[in-house]
Amino acid sequence: MGYPHPSHPKETVVLSKYFGDAAARTHKGWVERGGYEGLKKALGMTPEAIIEELKASGLRGRGGAGFPTGLKWSFMPKGDGKPHYLCCNADESEPGTFKDREIMRWTPHALIEGCAVGCHAIGAETCYIYIRGEFTDPWEVMQQAVAEAYAAGTIGANAMGSGKRIDIVLFRGAGAYICGEETALMNSLEGRRGNPRIKPPFPAAAGLFGMPTTINNVETLAAVPHILNRGAAWYKALCLSNPKSTGTKLFSVCGHVMKPGNFEVTMGYPMKDLIYEMAGGMRPGRTLKAVIPGGSSVPLMNRAEAESALCDYEGIVEKGSMLGSAGFIVMDDSADIVYEVYRLAKFYAHESCAQCTQCREGTAWTTKILERILKGQGKQEDLGLLLELSEQMTGKTICVLSDSCAAPIVSGIQKFRSEFDAYLSRARAPALAGV
Amino acid sequence: MSAGPGVTHGTEEAHQPVFVGAAREKLDALFPKFPTKQACLLPALWIAQQERGWISGGSMAEIATLLDLTPAYVRGVVTFYTMYHTHPVGRHFIQVCTTSPCHLCGSDDVVKALLKETGCGELGATSPDGRFTVIEVECLGACGFATPILVNDDFIESTSPERVPGILAGYR
Amino acid sequence: MSAELVNVTIDGVVVSVPKGTTIIEAAKQAGVLVPHYCYHPSLPSPAVCRMCLVEVEKAPKLMPACVTTVAEGQVVKVMSEPALKARESVLEFLLINHPLDCPICDQAGECELQDYVFQEGRAGTRYSDYAKRFNPVEDFGPDVLYVPNRCILCTRCVRFMDDVADTPVLNVSERGDRAYIGIDQNQRLDHEWSGNVVDLCPVGSLISKDFLHKARAWDLDKSASICPGCTQGCNITIDTRDDVVVRLRPRANLDVNRHFICDTGRADYRWMNRGDRIEAPLLRDGARLVPTDWETAIPRLSAAVKSGSGRVVLLASGRASLESLGWMKRLVEGRDVTAAIKVPQGPEAPLPGVPNLALRKDRVPNLDGARLAGYSADWKDALSKVDGAGLVILLDADLDDQEAARLVAAGTVIGLQSIDDDRLKGASMLLPVSTMAEENGTYVNRDQRVQRFTEAKAAPGMARPAWWIAAQAWAENNAGQGAPLSAADAFARLGETIPALSGFSYADLGLIGRTIEATAPIDAAGQGAAR
Repeated sequence: MGYPHPSHPKETVVLSKYFGDAAARTHKGWVERGGYEGLKKALGMTPEAIIEELKASGLRGRGGAGFPTGLKWSFMPKGDGKPHYLCCNADESEPGTFKDREIMRWTPHALIEGCAVGCHAIGAETCYIYIRGEFTDPWEVMQQAVAEAYAAGTIGANAMGSGKRIDIVLFRGAGAYICGEETALMNSLEGRRGNPRIKPPFPAAAGLFGMPTTINNVETLAAVPHILNRGAAWYKALCLSNPKSTGTKLFSVCGHVMKPGNFEVTMGYPMKDLIYEMAGGMRPGRTLKAVIPGGSSVPLMNRAEAESALCDYEGIVEKGSMLGSAGFIVMDDSADIVYEVYRLAKFYAHESCAQCTQCREGTAWTTKILERILKGQGKQEDLGLLLELSEQMTGKTICVLSDSCAAPIVSGIQKFRSEFDAYLSRARAPALAGV
Repeated sequence: MSAGPGVTHGTEEAHQPVFVGAAREKLDALFPKFPTKQACLLPALWIAQQERGWISGGSMAEIATLLDLTPAYVRGVVTFYTMYHTHPVGRHFIQVCTTSPCHLCGSDDVVKALLKETGCGELGATSPDGRFTVIEVECLGACGFATPILVNDDFIESTSPERVPGILAGYR
Repeated sequence: MSAELVNVTIDGVVVSVPKGTTIIEAAKQAGVLVPHYCYHPSLPSPAVCRMCLVEVEKAPKLMPACVTTVAEGQVVKVMSEPALKARESVLEFLLINHPLDCPICDQAGECELQDYVFQEGRAGTRYSDYAKRFNPVEDFGPDVLYVPNRCILCTRCVRFMDDVADTPVLNVSERGDRAYIGIDQNQRLDHEWSGNVVDLCPVGSLISKDFLHKARAWDLDKSASICPGCTQGCNITIDTRDDVVVRLRPRANLDVNRHFICDTGRADYRWMNRGDRIEAPLLRDGARLVPTDWETAIPRLSAAVKSGSGRVVLLASGRASLESLGWMKRLVEGRDVTAAIKVPQGPEAPLPGVPNLALRKDRVPNLDGARLAGYSADWKDALSKVDGAGLVILLDADLDDQEAARLVAAGTVIGLQSIDDDRLKGASMLLPVSTMAEENGTYVNRDQRVQRFTEAKAAPGMARPAWWIAAQAWAENNAGQGAPLSAADAFARLGETIPALSGFSYADLGLIGRTIEATAPIDAAGQGAAR
């Protein structure tokens, strides 16, 4: 953490060590803090050695899917003579998640360094960093940092004197959640509508501009130089629970907590401590009701599930949800689950790209049903209908946006049925004005 | 902001080229960064919006010509992205995040305060003095700093109804 | 062909198909139609409608049949419970914003949404309390209206204009359930091939102004035919209602026109419905042409051919069938004959995405057939020989005033014409013939492909195909040889005078035709001879 609150003693600060430290934003400041050592080391290593180190570290993608990073990099073809591309996914748009924003605006050079290492490891000369359009501050900071890195010769035609060309190009999105999906991001970068693509082909075979491409999240790339600096064994040892989840992770905690913010802890850290100790717990007189832990696209956890969960990929699955991008939306007993589920459905309906039928029509229809329930005009059969529609919106489309819309709806109904019933039976006053 | 087919947005005099002088130089500087001209579409649209405040049909046609695309193609792309304005907006364009995390933290009250203080009255409308347009926006990605708003390109964190008058005072 | 074959089982039927074949195409081989909207064999597949989801054994979820390729030993279930459920659901989603205006929709009866809903959809709606999305009808182009309320966003039209017509004037605008098909605000959908978007549209969203409210699909009779507009020979269907042609549409032929026809061809059918027809043989009796019957007319024709002297000039329509051209030529065998067809010219208009497909500059369907039958395209030369000719025979020739005026200089003029034309009142006989829409016949296209067209409407009165008239008269003069009585016979016997056509029959032409060069002799066992 470090911004806006000082780091909590129980945090393991690696990525967030310099959050709030304005001097770390400059190239000079970054170097003074040990920055670019990882890149220097990487440039002296073979790509294979870097990939092996990453595989050994157990680093997994921090964007949501949790795919092993070293393995992903190893999929890139070798000696194929084609240009390779690295894309950094900085389109952080998942409700509840705001960690990449902090990495970019406080430690832009950490990201640049990670990108440069990534380029070398996958045989790319160009890395595009796709930053969501709304991130005006990170955009400014990153622009400045990239200019400095070029000026210092850290990147460019002869990166750190290695003879290797590494170009980093910033690309500004323009308002589309779905561009955080990797193939949609590539389409957007190519100057198209941000429609997800059918896989196969996978990006490593034919990605950006039809060329072999790797896409990594900001946090993933920012972690890479630390692993090279301190070794895979160090990173792998950062593990409190399941050995498949290693390293530190930034958890964005927001909603009904006293001290919302990003907290960096070792994988496997108890969610209860994260919420109550680091994030300051509930407001006075309030109790925890629910957490949506993966950004909004995953099932809701009830209090018991949340308080017993360990924060890693497996630990949260065990408690009925998913780690996702690790943005915790915390709700206390004042929260109206029906309204929040409706608000999320509305979000997905707004963001659906319009390609797949189930998503285009389903996200809008489920929103209307939830809206009707909130207006006190719901019908008994509405919940069954919502569940049926959700089932048909899951696993049927090109990308998982419609699945993401369904997840909070289904879990909301399953775990907080009485709140829906209260609207349906008119026991609860309408939350929305009827027509 | 959705508009059905057949609706022509905005009123436009004869199109004066956007990409002349510095704007053209900005665009030309982009070309070497991408293997295709088409990839410069989103950046070119940003330049046009920065120059004109919105992206007119004329700007789209101009960009289409510059990037070897067609105006229809460009419009399809423009309308996909919510940050491009296909019609003129108030001098200061305010976007308030109201997605769940911010909603939990009271974004509805911020919206109300903004609509009242700007005089816009309702979302999407431009205030009678032409100064402001306020819209609801989906997650701005600063959920820990609820409620964030974007005024033009200024990202303002942790707003509250109380802070609204002070913030607006900075935008004449 | 040595393409590697893979064996797949689709709804219990085992088929062998080339590696790389999609499930949807393999299913066709197995006789299974996988319901679909966005997929079209002549367009790239975006897999967006999600209608063709099928169960593939061992796959964790349903797979889109349009982009999933077959694998050896794969077991595909199109009619399994999860697949049916998924399709029912897609149909329900598509219908929530689709108006139930089938009673006034031109597509009704040939609508893929209607068909699949009837087949696999839910009986009732669960969306009854909400308003449907509404957008006004838009005028896209000279012959295309867009009804956005009916649109299911399959994007076939956009992909056709982008990828096949190479003229991207359409787009998908907006996103989510607000999306619609947009058009360049300063352009019209007036590309020479843009009418195809109407056929491609699986629902009644893109409709033809020309066909607007003309007929219900179930009132139409459909006949396989060949577009008579140019030498390309696009395969078409002629749709008639109560014996009136109301529409021409492309008929799939992957070797000629895939699934498309040009707008010029599509629009050129009104002549087929002309009412000013000759309905009985007219024979000269002094100053008048007197109606008679064929028993009287045929001997008069054969006598005129047999007994006359001097040069014979045959002036034929480029739309005349190979049968008619061939038998007419045979009728005048033995005399000094100059035969030509008139070939109107126009600009060539290719469809960029399909190799070797264009509206051709030679605007007749049977130029190569005419050459094969011994007719030249040198119309001027033939006209120059009219002066002083012993006999001029018109075969439904479309003459302009100047050309018609030249006929007075000829000896005997015999017209086998469809249209009652005052300018021909000086002819010694006018015999009513059917048009290509009213008869069976063949054309030979520019790639030497012999293609059949079939009778789409009845010929008026006593009109007969020209080949029948010519053959009857020929038989009068060639005792014992007999005249063909069907178009199939007439065609089969063309080989007697045109060697390139020997061995060809309607049966082996089928309805997609066959090229002359590619035809190997058929041996006694019915096997193609080894080369």
